Amino acid sequence: MSSHQSEHETTVVRLDDGHHIGDGGIPEQFVNPGLPPHVERLSDLSDMGAKRAERQVAGLFGLSILGTLLFLVAYFAVGTHDRSFVPGLGKIATSNLLLGIGLGLGLLGIGLGAVHWAKTLMPDAEVVEERHPMRSSDETRQGFVDVMRGGGESSQLFRRPLIKATLGGALGLFSLPLLVQLVGSLGPLPRKQLSQTMWNGTPAHDGTYEPYANGFPRLMRDPENLPIKASDVTIGSVYHVLPEGLLPDPETGEGGLEHGVLEEKGKAAVLLMRLDPSQFQDTDGGRKAQAWGHEGIVAYSKICTHVGCPVGLYEQTTHHLLCPCHQSTFDVTDDCKVIFGPAKRPLPQLKITVDGEGYLVAAQPFHEAVGPSFWERG
Amino acid sequence: MTTIDNARPADGLRAGDARVTAPPSAGAKKLGGVVGWVDDRLGPAKGVNYLMKKVFPDHWSFMLGEIAMYSMIVCLLTGVFLTFWFVPSAGHTTYDGSYVPLQGVQMSEAYASSLRISFDIKGGLLIRQMHHWAALMFIVALSAHMLRVFFTGAFRKPRELNWVIGCILSMLALIEGFAGYSLPDDLLSGTGLRAAEGFMQSAPVIGSYLAFMVFDGPFPGEAIIPRLFSVHVLLLPAILIGLFTAHIVMVAVQKHTQFPGPGRTNNNVVGFPVMPVYAAKAGGFFFIVFGFLAVVAALVQINAIWVYGPYDPSPVTAGSQPDWYMGFADGALRLLPGWLEFHAFGYTLSLNVAIGALGLIPVMYGAMAAYPFIESWVTGDKREHHLLDRPRNQATRTGLGVAALTFYGVLMFAAANDIMAIKLHMSINDITYFFRAATFVLPVVAFWVTRRICLSLQRADRNLVLHGRETGRIVRTAEGKFFEAHEPLDEYTRWTLVQHDPQEPLQLTTGVDAHGVASPAGGKRNLRARLSRFYFQDNLLPVTPAELAAAHHDGHSTEHLEAIEAAEESYGEETAGITGRP
Repeated sequence: MSSHQSEHETTVVRLDDGHHIGDGGIPEQFVNPGLPPHVERLSDLSDMGAKRAERQVAGLFGLSILGTLLFLVAYFAVGTHDRSFVPGLGKIATSNLLLGIGLGLGLLGIGLGAVHWAKTLMPDAEVVEERHPMRSSDETRQGFVDVMRGGGESSQLFRRPLIKATLGGALGLFSLPLLVQLVGSLGPLPRKQLSQTMWNGTPAHDGTYEPYANGFPRLMRDPENLPIKASDVTIGSVYHVLPEGLLPDPETGEGGLEHGVLEEKGKAAVLLMRLDPSQFQDTDGGRKAQAWGHEGIVAYSKICTHVGCPVGLYEQTTHHLLCPCHQSTFDVTDDCKVIFGPAKRPLPQLKITVDGEGYLVAAQPFHEAVGPSFWERG
Repeated sequence: MTTIDNARPADGLRAGDARVTAPPSAGAKKLGGVVGWVDDRLGPAKGVNYLMKKVFPDHWSFMLGEIAMYSMIVCLLTGVFLTFWFVPSAGHTTYDGSYVPLQGVQMSEAYASSLRISFDIKGGLLIRQMHHWAALMFIVALSAHMLRVFFTGAFRKPRELNWVIGCILSMLALIEGFAGYSLPDDLLSGTGLRAAEGFMQSAPVIGSYLAFMVFDGPFPGEAIIPRLFSVHVLLLPAILIGLFTAHIVMVAVQKHTQFPGPGRTNNNVVGFPVMPVYAAKAGGFFFIVFGFLAVVAALVQINAIWVYGPYDPSPVTAGSQPDWYMGFADGALRLLPGWLEFHAFGYTLSLNVAIGALGLIPVMYGAMAAYPFIESWVTGDKREHHLLDRPRNQATRTGLGVAALTFYGVLMFAAANDIMAIKLHMSINDITYFFRAATFVLPVVAFWVTRRICLSLQRADRNLVLHGRETGRIVRTAEGKFFEAHEPLDEYTRWTLVQHDPQEPLQLTTGVDAHGVASPAGGKRNLRARLSRFYFQDNLLPVTPAELAAAHHDGHSTEHLEAIEAAEESYGEETAGITGRP
């Protein structure tokens, strides 16, 4: 208290003068007061408290044993297909419920017991460990340099530029064979496979399509695989369509592709809709759409031009197609132009007509690649 | 001295208590038996002694990384179980298992075996659901752990490298998760792969080649399931485990950071030794995480693959959603406008896809990994830091972190724009337009608000130190004045609020030398000075003892004489206490 007065007079500053750093009368900064006094726990102070903690820990370990037993009993006593009603969860698999609860209790009991033990009975006085700078001492660093340089010198690496250069070259190149093998053999080149579909022809094994000999294929309903009569397509209806020859005959089970069903479906899938001809917009796109259709029936690729999800949602009143993955929206009345969302290009239209029996057929293949964009699609 | 007056109330209550000392238990032995045999040959006792005595500081937020680690271990364990029954093949088969609605349906062997695990293997569904829940928990926990590390500045020197490793781990975890949920080959996972193929096609120049390489021909092909399987169970786990081991070893070598507080300095670690406390706490916590995941897997169904049916490129389910951690990338794809696709010279550049699907994740993680180096350049701080920052004391960094988090959050919620449109009966177009604007606007708002909140908290801290704690005790003076008595903080509480380094913007000389010639490095230096001002100019400096003394002095005119005397006494005692220390 003796120094109180002098400090008071020499160092008190006004706070509205801004930040103030002391002039030596009072330390410039506060000093770390050290660890606060330790507070003993109940279990340190009384035998009774410790005993209680012991019982709690033992109880949790006991719960674990019960949980494990529950699992074992449930495993052998409950069948895989048993269902039971649990309030709040509904009808659920009994086996999954009991096995999970049993396993969970078996594990939680051990975990909670161990943590409770650590918190109540194990020492709770904090321990201080010193840190040292991460950096090695200067001598050690110099030693490292000496060892490495010494190695370089004694192996004559620095004096033999020929070895240095060739070793560098060899090490730089040795991974090339592995890289070439991997990149070269992982998959075939795309060639024209992304630009053609089964509407071009029958798929051959090498990924090309053999053009159809007598006209383009009929439009078949997916999954029934039945041809579609133009007169059956009413306004507002939407058909999922695949080219004829992709799926087997529904009655005989014969025909259809033996290989690559999913691959062809992934490119050739088409949506078929009928609009009242007056609903097409009076734009270039709308007129072309109508011309490529048949009496208001139009067919468009079902594969989204964004990243290839099937454009699965059709709004009958507005004639909008919506892709459920990223919400690109296409306007069927305007040649499936993108009116919203991340896609840029309209869905490609499949030009259709009717054959002699009144069934819908393709008039030509898609005239551009279907599905997501890629560099060389043009 | 002051300790009696300022000590926590509990200390006063128990001041006279004495610890019960237990008698030493019998049975302390010399090293022998199997352990002795091993030590004779390898001598591990030295290293184990060191490890077992290692001290770890205690804080709840340090458990976040532990949760991530344990969830990963649960994933590895349950994953090994799953490989015994899962058939990683796209080969065709007809389902004949016990799930009636799909009997007789054509599907891949991968999907059929996933159904078998779910319905016909006893406990199989439990293991599968634990695997999925653990994967989600892994990514939740590691993200929370990264946020903790970021906001407390634990990434600063000497831990920059470990931060970079953590960023890589986190990015690989996303890819590992995506590979995992693509394996069952149900309609939902196949649709995810369909989109992934579209992403690859969008890569400039090499897109179609890349996609054909990965899928071994046109989508879907039969190669992707076995390839993803080997990536999911072999390649990525090996890298994850390797990096994770390096991560942990570096924590041990550098010793864990600690929050500032009385007794904690940049040169020590205050906490509990591994043996026995941390062995029990951390070991026990593994069982808690494991047990919690088992209970969740028992009660909450996840990824009911049987509902979706086998993959077919033609149908799709409405409301297709990826797992949460891929949401932000999916959201970006929903927000990017179509006009970012360009057509020229017969080529197509599809940036509307490539930015979100190929660019976003590497750029985001690259920026995160680079942050410690950027900050240390701006602040000029090259010292080692082992004491954590309180986020409020780094207002700009905290603001930047919240801004980044907001950006991420906007993208993530954008991936649910269709769900929101349905649940909230709103136009999906409006929601999307809102999110597009929010991507740019909300992070800026979040930065500004967070930074202001931090600065206010700094002021609140300063106020608390200078004027003490409100006691709620109203005193009436003889003249009839009323005031609330404030009680000075005890030195332990106060230390936490004043311990941080004073930080001021870098003072850089002008880029012009004595002859009026501009230095070529001048522009860079100016930028650095500007950024440094941006970081620190509004920061409050920690209260100094002189300021505290002044605050007590200042209060005199408004308070009652007795209160003044009481304050002066405690001030005197405090300063005596402070100066009395070395």
